[in-house]
Amino acid sequence: MNAAAWLQVLASGLLMGLVYGLVAVGLSLIFGLMDVVNFAHGEFLMLAMYAAFGLFSFAHLDPVIALPLVAAAMFGVGAFAYAGVVRHALRFKANTGMVQIFATFGLATLIQGAAQYLFSPDYRSIKGGWLEGHTLNVGGVFLPSAQVYAALVSVLAFGGLYLLMTRTDFGRALEATREDKGAVALVGIDSNRVFTLGWGLGAALVGVAGAVLATFYYIHPQVGASFALIAYVTVALGGFGSVFGALAAGVIVGIVEAGTAALLPPALKALGVYLLYLAVLFLRPQGLFGKL
Amino acid sequence: MTALVEVRNLTRRFGGLVANNDVSIDVRAGEILGLIGPNGAGKSTLFNQIAGAYPPSSGTIAFDGRDVTALSAPARCALGIARTYQVPKSFDSMSVVENVMVGAFVRHASSAAARRAAGEVLAFCGLERRAETMAGELTPPEKRRLEVARALATRPKLLLLDEVLTGLTPSEARQGVELIRRVRDAGVTVVMVEHVMEIVMPLVDRAIVLNLGQVLAEGTPPEVVSNPAVIAAYLGERRRAA
Amino acid sequence: MDQTGTMPAVSNAPAATAARSTFAQQRRRQLLQGAIVLLLITLLPLFVTNAYLRNVLVLTLLYAALAQSWNILGGYCGQVSLGHALYFGVGAYAASKLFVDHGVVVWFGMLAGGALAALLALVVGYACFRLKGHYFSIATILFAEIGLTLLHNWDYVGAATGIQWPFGADSWWTLQFARDKTPYIYVALGLAAIVWLVTWWIEDSRWGYWWRAVKDNPDAAQSLGVTVFRSKMAASALSAFFTAAGGAFYAAFVSYVDPDSVMNFRFSLLMALPVVLGGIGTLWGPVLGAALLIPLTEFSRSYLGGGGNGVDLMIYGALVMSVALIKPEGLVRLFAKRMAAR
Repeated sequence: MNAAAWLQVLASGLLMGLVYGLVAVGLSLIFGLMDVVNFAHGEFLMLAMYAAFGLFSFAHLDPVIALPLVAAAMFGVGAFAYAGVVRHALRFKANTGMVQIFATFGLATLIQGAAQYLFSPDYRSIKGGWLEGHTLNVGGVFLPSAQVYAALVSVLAFGGLYLLMTRTDFGRALEATREDKGAVALVGIDSNRVFTLGWGLGAALVGVAGAVLATFYYIHPQVGASFALIAYVTVALGGFGSVFGALAAGVIVGIVEAGTAALLPPALKALGVYLLYLAVLFLRPQGLFGKL
Repeated sequence: MTALVEVRNLTRRFGGLVANNDVSIDVRAGEILGLIGPNGAGKSTLFNQIAGAYPPSSGTIAFDGRDVTALSAPARCALGIARTYQVPKSFDSMSVVENVMVGAFVRHASSAAARRAAGEVLAFCGLERRAETMAGELTPPEKRRLEVARALATRPKLLLLDEVLTGLTPSEARQGVELIRRVRDAGVTVVMVEHVMEIVMPLVDRAIVLNLGQVLAEGTPPEVVSNPAVIAAYLGERRRAA
Repeated sequence: MDQTGTMPAVSNAPAATAARSTFAQQRRRQLLQGAIVLLLITLLPLFVTNAYLRNVLVLTLLYAALAQSWNILGGYCGQVSLGHALYFGVGAYAASKLFVDHGVVVWFGMLAGGALAALLALVVGYACFRLKGHYFSIATILFAEIGLTLLHNWDYVGAATGIQWPFGADSWWTLQFARDKTPYIYVALGLAAIVWLVTWWIEDSRWGYWWRAVKDNPDAAQSLGVTVFRSKMAASALSAFFTAAGGAFYAAFVSYVDPDSVMNFRFSLLMALPVVLGGIGTLWGPVLGAALLIPLTEFSRSYLGGGGNGVDLMIYGALVMSVALIKPEGLVRLFAKRMAAR
């Protein structure tokens, strides 16, 4: 493989990696906020993709336009998931970790089943959207426009998230609740409210990811599961709770995956990522930017 | 005669903070030794290093004639060092007697023997009536007692008590003092980290005062309490020396 | 506070002796319960003659054994492994390979698979046990995924095609029975009974107490002489051994293995869910959970889920969520007396 080929690999990996980061950051946020791993995260992604598909098919809204709507809808889903499910899982003292894993996993299965029931297992895709079929040629490197769009949206989303976390009251409340749940009650912050909004935000972020992925990915009830594993690896690699970690790890995962696919048979492309993850974990158990 | 514990030139840093600075102390077999000092003096750090919770940055710790500086906490327990935690860390999924059995298993392989030994320790500590209660349901003073019982079940030569009398009512504290005396009378050396001077001073044989990571004074309670440097160190905190 | 004796004094206080004998009684009662349940299930095939139901019975018993194995590491030692499918698959493949290529008797295949899995568990444990909480669980998922990916691409074990067991005469050595599946019921029952007995033994053994201490408070456990790392490794190896034995049995039962049929992530969850349902870290929890969950899963899949309409998944998911949220201590607490609750 020559330099041009490697450049292509790097570029493709970077674009996909930015999307992986976006998929993962919601998960990381929720965990950082309240020590809960949302095993239904992949299903949130899947729902977002179906939402984009539905809006395209029935309301003729291009996914680019539909994006804010999808994000808003997913915000509601996330908030409801917390208020209706997770909050109840957290009131148990013993085995909280296990209960919460299985409560969210149960939710994931329920959503998957519902999707299968409502939408059938058939693969769907959005054909004829604005970004369809264009490929940018940047100095010999070919970048499908849909993926470039996805990467740009991801960068913007991270930027927006950064501003939200550092410049707004909500962001500061989020950070404060993250650091000391007990203390925030004393200053009048209702942690339940913060958690609900935090889940909403996390789901909205993965909703954005779903809306952009829908422009170039097949949509089916199990699509969430395949992304979920990448998301968990990305979050753990970057460090649970670290927003920047999710971005950095996502890019790393994307590039390693692309590189592995170029060197090994495509079926093994995930191996590179898994092995990288295990190596990092062995050396740095809390991930690249996380705290143990 | 060598002391039971010999701490030599112990230094422990946490990042830029030097919590213990070249500390050297002896713990004599059979005594009740008090480790006292104002907040931030480095008592807990010293305590934890003797217990094996983390290694020193430099210096050595010898126990019963052998160098234990690099030994893990479980290994030290096997040698005869036991400790309690300031905030009781009970095994809440198990009953009181089962909690104590965990400690007893260091010395007994069969659970029947461990259970028997645990029963004896519970009786010694006055918890026999609560043997089948789940550990999480004990009252706070009972939890403290359980901490001690669990540690005693390991048949230690040295028992390290971390603020085990702090925050008790006077009558609870009196009972606690009683228990500690009985522990020593049974042949166990006791090192106690404490804050509450008026309870600790009548109990301990010797006291070592730490301040700002270094040994400030040591001696019998009357000696330590009348030491002007000690009084000065406490001046900003509580002016009740003895 | 009227005891004045020194510690070594033998406590013959009536309370202590009485407590010890009540405990011994409880232990005997548990064994009796176990024997009764064993007897009842042994008689079950006489009444249940429908082939489909017998199939469900075999699977239920198998999962009872698997769940009980998972419970050793997850319930007693508190390490939530979501990658146990790795060991299940190793057992299935080991037994298959040994039988198909070398004619090795399935019983030995179970032992060999179990030993291999136990070794693998030590490797996985070495890498993962330094990780806390969710990091650990996710790492276990990954190890299983790596195993799955390797199997898919390894020609020695048939890659994606897997290994087909050759058709032969009915035999207890090869555990192949073409028509009457009754022997499978008894072998699965035997496996479940063995793991149940091991769990019973654990409940009052030094290892058992150490594992529970590690689960509740690793720091305190260390200060009481428990080497946390070694404890976790022991629990993991034991758990993996029996999981693999179950995998070997499954391979003989279906006479075929391929990567997705034995090392898929859903197996990892299917081994853990009955435990959560029935009661984490309890003696009867995994059995109860399996008895409820497996028939439900099978029935909903057969009668409702046909054609991939997802209804079985919905029911399954709703059930898991409900139990996790309403009765997280597990259903076994419904029958709670202190003994059952242990």
